[in-house]
Amino acid sequence: MDVHEYQAKELLASCGVAVPPGTVAFSPDQAVYAATELGGSHWVVKAQIHAGARGKAGGVKLCRTYHEVQQAARELLGKRLVTKQTGPEGKPVQRVYVELADPYERELYLGFVLDRKLERVRVIASKHGGMEIEEIAKTDPDAILQVIVEPAVGLLPFQARELAFQLGLNLKQVSRAVQSILGAYRAFRDNDATMLEINPLVVTKDDKVLALDAKMSFDDNALFRRRNIVDMNDPSQSDPREAQALEHSLNYIGLDGEIGCIVNGAGLAMATMDMIKHAGGNPANFLDVGGGASAERVATAFRLVLSDANVKVVLVNIFAGINRCDWVAQGVIDAVKATNITAPLVVRLAGTNVEAGRKLLDESGINVITADSLADAAQKAVAAWRSVK
Amino acid sequence: MSILIDEKTPILVQGITGDKGSFHAKEMIDYGTNVVAGVTPGKGGKTVHGVPIFDTVREAVKQTGATTSITFVAPPFAADAIMEAADAGIHLICSITDGIPAQDMMRVKRYFLRYPRERRPMMVGPNCAGIISPGKAMLGIMPGHIYKQGNVGLISRSGTLGYEAASQLKELGLGISTSVGIGGDPINGSSFLDHLVLFDQDPETEAVLIIGEIGGPQEAEAAAWIKENFSKPVVGFVAGLTAPKGRRMGHAGAIISATGDSAAEKTEIMKSYGLTVAPSPAEFGSAVAAVLKRA
Repeated sequence: MDVHEYQAKELLASCGVAVPPGTVAFSPDQAVYAATELGGSHWVVKAQIHAGARGKAGGVKLCRTYHEVQQAARELLGKRLVTKQTGPEGKPVQRVYVELADPYERELYLGFVLDRKLERVRVIASKHGGMEIEEIAKTDPDAILQVIVEPAVGLLPFQARELAFQLGLNLKQVSRAVQSILGAYRAFRDNDATMLEINPLVVTKDDKVLALDAKMSFDDNALFRRRNIVDMNDPSQSDPREAQALEHSLNYIGLDGEIGCIVNGAGLAMATMDMIKHAGGNPANFLDVGGGASAERVATAFRLVLSDANVKVVLVNIFAGINRCDWVAQGVIDAVKATNITAPLVVRLAGTNVEAGRKLLDESGINVITADSLADAAQKAVAAWRSVK
Repeated sequence: MSILIDEKTPILVQGITGDKGSFHAKEMIDYGTNVVAGVTPGKGGKTVHGVPIFDTVREAVKQTGATTSITFVAPPFAADAIMEAADAGIHLICSITDGIPAQDMMRVKRYFLRYPRERRPMMVGPNCAGIISPGKAMLGIMPGHIYKQGNVGLISRSGTLGYEAASQLKELGLGISTSVGIGGDPINGSSFLDHLVLFDQDPETEAVLIIGEIGGPQEAEAAAWIKENFSKPVVGFVAGLTAPKGRRMGHAGAIISATGDSAAEKTEIMKSYGLTVAPSPAEFGSAVAAVLKRA
């Protein structure tokens, strides 16, 4: 799960990381009020979306007057911001963050990730803040500093100190940077984050070390014990179909092809998409109905897949392990009758009770193309798509 | 022979009184697996399917001599159950649970390091279909009837894609020595590499099929090791060629977030280390048949 910048900063601030004063606003008037409350003479108004690279896309505006704050908020709110990371459809801006803008002298990079190879948290820092880490890795790999956290003891002060000194900070800045690095680690650990990026972490003229931007992602598997993070969820930032799927605990990801997929198991679902591509078609979605694909879940899956206007053909591929093909077949029959599907439907069943499942489909009178194997299913789906496109 | 489990392996089921635990314990017993004990705290002294239940893993091990455990324990308590098994001297722990927080798995893996290497447990999973040595024993949730006994070792991150492979092999008359589902999470108990080492030493295994997916470094790590150390033919496959970047494809670990995470990159790496790569997920069986013929 992702959160907005202002929410990440709240979490960081509560762990002792210094952040510039700021307030979230949902309307231009609120933004102006926020600026008056914050005081000062310069503010930045930042679009809050679940994606980075906002600055270059015009999502971050520096303002010198209350009028400019209002203008900036008016321009941003209600529009879809397209950045390098959002895809062409962009993300809706429904909140802006108004932050006190103070001049700074240096921009640093600080990041935390779960390193899958080492099975440890890796802390990354660099003197080149404000650039994407992938870019730094290309242009100046030696400037990437790293420490690995031993999970039994957590990030130790000496490790934070080593990073701070290597970043070339003066003594006063070092102690503040150490506080920020250790605090950021606590925010990461205590909220079950999988990624935290402070980019840039800035150093001001008066030696303050501030998190100017913050990006955080959380482990979905740990949300059961992180109520505070669940409460930060902003459904406007995800595809409505994906949000709807989640409500039925189905895993759905929209893609841009024409062949809708309903599959059990994540691996088989990916392989089915690959197989469609291999056969010359394009998958419209990833959808894992899960191990216990009950008739009701199959029906919900059909509704989801068919809500995508691009879908011309539906391919059901079920390898029944725990569940049984006859149950799945019944689910397909019920769903077809309930949804009045007109698109060609290809069904491949395998595994437990496969004969009973096929028999049910054959005798149901619904219009269905049955397939024996994964290859057969993909080829028939692509052929059906070619005949209707 | 087979790796990890056979018909004699004494098995303990953690969470045996839950719906899933009870259902699959029965399936495993019906398959011929030597299930000797169950553990559910507070239910000690009862029995399920004729299997005695204990309150703690330590007591179950003491009374029954169980060496291997399968855990059907809800995500919030799963890491604790795994560490309990490790501490009671269980050698092989298979965790079916889907949804264990990554930080909990990090702690589990760190906890294992307290044992000297020779006493360190092997863990399979979490978020996996389990292990089956066809005709001998089943430690998992797979449909046992799709697996034919034979000479192909199978290691897969995905459960259902492993089923797909097993049934394609069976269609061609090919059987499996042992099939291991290593699971779809970002931090696994064991990797492709851990099981390749075992298959290398298993005289019955003549070829190995490894089925990976997007995300994480383990396919590349395994491929590099195979080139230097593995004596038998290996067929590889990586699911997710059509998966978009930065999206989690069902499995917690199936996400392209770094260089080398994509299916295209991993496929290239496998090829560069001399593995035969199945051209599509419909060709697991034929690709394995081809390398066996050549060997």
